[in-house]
Amino acid sequence: MKILYFAWVREKIGKSQEELEIPDAVKTVADLILWLETKGPEYEAAFANKETINSAINQSHVDHSTQLNNANEIAFFPPVTGG
Amino acid sequence: MTIRIQTEDFDITKEINLLKEERKKSGQQDVGAIVTFTGTVRDMAGKTPINSMSLEHYPGMTEKELTDIAEEANKRWPLLGTTIIHRIGDLEPGDNIVLVVTLSSHRHAAFEAADFLMDFLKSKAPFWKKEQPLEGEANWVDARDSDKQALSRWEK
Repeated sequence: MKILYFAWVREKIGKSQEELEIPDAVKTVADLILWLETKGPEYEAAFANKETINSAINQSHVDHSTQLNNANEIAFFPPVTGG
Repeated sequence: MTIRIQTEDFDITKEINLLKEERKKSGQQDVGAIVTFTGTVRDMAGKTPINSMSLEHYPGMTEKELTDIAEEANKRWPLLGTTIIHRIGDLEPGDNIVLVVTLSSHRHAAFEAADFLMDFLKSKAPFWKKEQPLEGEANWVDARDSDKQALSRWEK
């Protein structure tokens, strides 16, 4: 699965994207965040405040309870601040 | 419907004329109202003087979100033309950030649609601003609750 990070999430993790094999036990966006946090302190730092983490599956906004199902691209980012 | 993400500046008059010409080509001269909104970079973030700003976005999703927002506006109001242009990259105080243009036969539809487009753009389109103060470290701009609350005005 392709995982993308933007803004301060990207800076804290230290990369803008990566391709990862996700274990079968990871079913939802929230599961994926918990699993990513086991990958190192930089991930823990990025996901420390989960309420401020927004997510998108296949380029559409989703909440953390959403099933990953057919996701081939998932992104994590702070609340948007354009305009 | 025109959606563009670009580093370069935009020319408001040129964008208006493009929309008018497009409508004229369809054989109609029914445009009676043109509304534009331009967002620009402030030189202060609260009490902190700002030197510059950089804008990051999520290529692909940004265009998709803006297209969805524009399509929704076209369902709600009888628009005769819609343009959304958002800049990315490095910007300085006074620079243009975003342009919304709406054409309609009457002003209310054009005003309301432009207002709607900006409210949805601000809370849905994946852009992030980072401000560089005159002194000290650059920091990511926090989202405002007021922008989220603005959306509730448009609930059907």
